Amino acid sequence: MDMKATKKKLGLKEKYAHMTRGLGWDTTYQPMDKVFPQAAFEGIKIHDWDKWEDPFRLTMDAYWKYQAEKERKLYAVLDAFAQNNGHLGITDARYLNAVKLFLTGISPLEYVAHRGFAAAGRNFPGVGPRVACLMQSIDEVRHAQTQIHALSNYNKFYEGFHAGATHQIERVWYLSVPKSFFDDAFSAGPFEWMIAIGFSFEYVLTNLLFVPFMSGAAYNGDMATVTFGFSAQSDEARHMTLGLECIKFMLEQDPDNLPIVQKWIDKWAWRGIRVLTLVGMMMDYMLPKRVMSWKEAWEIYFEQNGGALFNDLAKYGIKVPECITQCTVDKEHISHQAWATFYQYAHASDFHTWLPNDEEMDWLSAKYPNTFDKYYRPRFTQWREMADKGERFYNNTLPMLCQVCQIPMVFTEPDDPTKICYRESEYQGEKYHTCSDGCKHIFDDEPEKYIQAWLPVHQIYQGNCFPEGTDPTVEGFDPMLKVLEWYHIENGKDNMDYEGSGDQANFAAWRGMATQNT
Amino acid sequence: MSTVFIAFQTNEDTRPIIESILADNPHAVLDEQPAMVKINAEGSLVIKRESIEERIGRDFDLQELQVNLITLSGNMDEDDDQLTLAWKN
Amino acid sequence: MAVKALYDYNYPAADTQDKFHGNQLLYVGWDDHLMFCAPFAYCLPPDTKFSELVEKHLPHSYSRHPDWAQIDFAKAVWLKSGQPFQPDMNKTLAEQGLKHKDVLRLQTPGLNGNGTYF
Repeated sequence: MDMKATKKKLGLKEKYAHMTRGLGWDTTYQPMDKVFPQAAFEGIKIHDWDKWEDPFRLTMDAYWKYQAEKERKLYAVLDAFAQNNGHLGITDARYLNAVKLFLTGISPLEYVAHRGFAAAGRNFPGVGPRVACLMQSIDEVRHAQTQIHALSNYNKFYEGFHAGATHQIERVWYLSVPKSFFDDAFSAGPFEWMIAIGFSFEYVLTNLLFVPFMSGAAYNGDMATVTFGFSAQSDEARHMTLGLECIKFMLEQDPDNLPIVQKWIDKWAWRGIRVLTLVGMMMDYMLPKRVMSWKEAWEIYFEQNGGALFNDLAKYGIKVPECITQCTVDKEHISHQAWATFYQYAHASDFHTWLPNDEEMDWLSAKYPNTFDKYYRPRFTQWREMADKGERFYNNTLPMLCQVCQIPMVFTEPDDPTKICYRESEYQGEKYHTCSDGCKHIFDDEPEKYIQAWLPVHQIYQGNCFPEGTDPTVEGFDPMLKVLEWYHIENGKDNMDYEGSGDQANFAAWRGMATQNT
Repeated sequence: MSTVFIAFQTNEDTRPIIESILADNPHAVLDEQPAMVKINAEGSLVIKRESIEERIGRDFDLQELQVNLITLSGNMDEDDDQLTLAWKN
Repeated sequence: MAVKALYDYNYPAADTQDKFHGNQLLYVGWDDHLMFCAPFAYCLPPDTKFSELVEKHLPHSYSRHPDWAQIDFAKAVWLKSGQPFQPDMNKTLAEQGLKHKDVLRLQTPGLNGNGTYF
C-alpha cells in the first residue's frame, strides 16, 4: 500500500473526542427518553454514556479512507480471478459445496447484521456506541455485497449458487437455523443485540467461523473467498473490540447489570455454538485439503482464547457460560452428527454431500481418537456398502426439529453418544421439544418468543411451502418435489450426492480443457 | 497468565510490521499459517509506530494496520504512538 | 420469566393442531438406530389406528434397515415423553390418548445394528 500518512493537526484521542462526542447533542423539542424509547426497557442501567471508549478511536473520516483502500484491493483481485479462470485453480469442485454453505448460510446474516447494527446505533443514546454501530452497520452490508460479488463468479459455472443469498434463507429447511438465530437477536432490545451479536458472536465465536473458513479457502486454492474473507475480517477485529468494550461498559456502569448480562451470555453462547455446528461439519468433511479439525479449532479459539477472556471478565463477576461442560463433550461429536444428517437429506439441500473416503476416515480417526472409530466410522462404512450396491441412502421422512435452534434432533445425550437427546416443555397446554438442556433452558425462559418459531418441517406439513397455486389433492402429487420447487432447488442438479453430479463432471472436463488443446 | 494475539494477512505491507512487533516483543511467538501470520504473546503485546517507520522509511499512521488486520485478542488501547493488547489478570 | 418488551407481548403459537388440516403431529424415534439421524415427524389423522402406524408409516421410513424386519412387536418397548407406554394396536391415536406433538420412542432390545448403533 502506498498510503501517505497526513500530518496530524489533532492527536488521536483529541480527534476522537471531537468527531464523536463533539457531534452529539441533547434534544430539546422532545425529551431524550422519548427520542430513545428502547434504551431502558431491558433493565440495563447506564449512568454516564461518556464513559464509553472505542479503543480503536476510529472516526468517520479515517473510516472512509481505510475502507476505500480495502475495496480497491478486493476488486483488483476479483477482476484477476475472473480474467484468469480462477475457478479452475481450486483443489476440487467438491470444495465449492463449502462455499455454497457460506453463501446461503452466512452472507444473508451479514445483511441482517447490517440492519441490526443500524437499529442499535439508532437506539443507543450514547454517541460513542452510535458511531461504532454505524461503522459496523456499513461494514456488514459491505460484507454481504462483496461476498455475493465474489461468489457470483462461481455462479457462472456451478450449480446451487443462484438463489442462496436472497431467496433460500427465507425458505430452505436448514437455513432456518442461522436465520432464526439472527431473528431472535434482532427482535430483542439493543443491549441484548449487542451481547448476542457484538459480544457472543463477534468476539467469542467469530474466529471459529472466519479463520478456519478462510484458511480452508487458502488451502484449497479459492482466491475469491480468501480475498473477500480477509477483507471482511479486517473489519472483524474492530467488531470484536466493540463487542468487548460494550460488555465491559455495561458491567462497569451498574452492578445490577451483571445478572442480565450473564443470562444473555449464557443464552447466546449456546445459540451461537449450535449454529456453528455447520462450520464444524465444513471443516471436518467438506474441505478436500483440511486445515485443522473442528475440535482443534474449538480448543484454540474457544477453550484457550475464550478462557483468557472469561478470566478477564471474572473481575466483574462474570462466569464462564454454563453450557461449557456440554460443549466439551460435544466438540468430539457434532461435526460427525451434522455430516451424517446432510448426507441423508442431500436430496433436500442446495449443495452436494458425499461419503468420506478411506484416507479421510483415517484422518478423522487420528483427529477424533475417542469417538470416530467407535461411533461414526461404522455408520459411514455401512452407508458406503449401501451406495456400492447402488442403494445410496436418502432419508425419505421429515425429521423432528428442536423448537429453539431448529436443527433436526440429531444430538445425543451428554453421557451417551448412542442415545438421541430428547427434552420436552409444556406451555399453555402445548408440547414443545428441544434437543438439549441448553435449548430447553432458553425455551423455558421465554416461551412466548419461541412458540412462534417458523419450523420448516411443520410449515411443510401445514402446506405453506409449495409454489403458489399448488393443488396437493391432485393424483400423484409429490410434496417433496413441490417443496424443492418452492426452495428454488433444481432437483437433480443442485441437490443429491456429489458423485455423479454436474459439478463433478464439468470440473473434470474444464480442467482437461485448461491443460490440453483438444 | 493469558495469551494475547494479533493476526495479519501475509503480504508486503505486513512484513515490516511483523518484524517490528517481533523486535519490540522478545516474548512473542510467530505462528505462520496459510495466507496469515499470527503473533501470540503471554500477557501483553505492543506495536510501536516508530519501529514500523524505521523499517518502511516513511511516516506511518497506526490506523493503517486495520487494512491488513485479521483478528486479535485482548483488551486494546491505541494512541498516536503505540497500540497495546493485554489481559489484565 | 416473561419476555421483556415495550408492549403487551402476546403472539399465537405457530404450530397448534388447527393448522394441520385435521391432522396431528406425532414424533417417533427408534432407539439405537442412528442410520436415521433424528426422530421422525409424522402428520396423521387422529383416527389413524396404531397398527397402521406400525405397519405402514414406520416401515416406509425404517424398512431399509436390516433390523426392521427382525422386530418382534410383541416384545417392543414404547416410551411416551420418556415414560413407559403400552400401545393398543387396534385403537386409534386419539383413542389411546396420543395428542398433537406427542413423542414416542421405540425400543427393540437386542437390535442395535449389530452393536454399531447404525
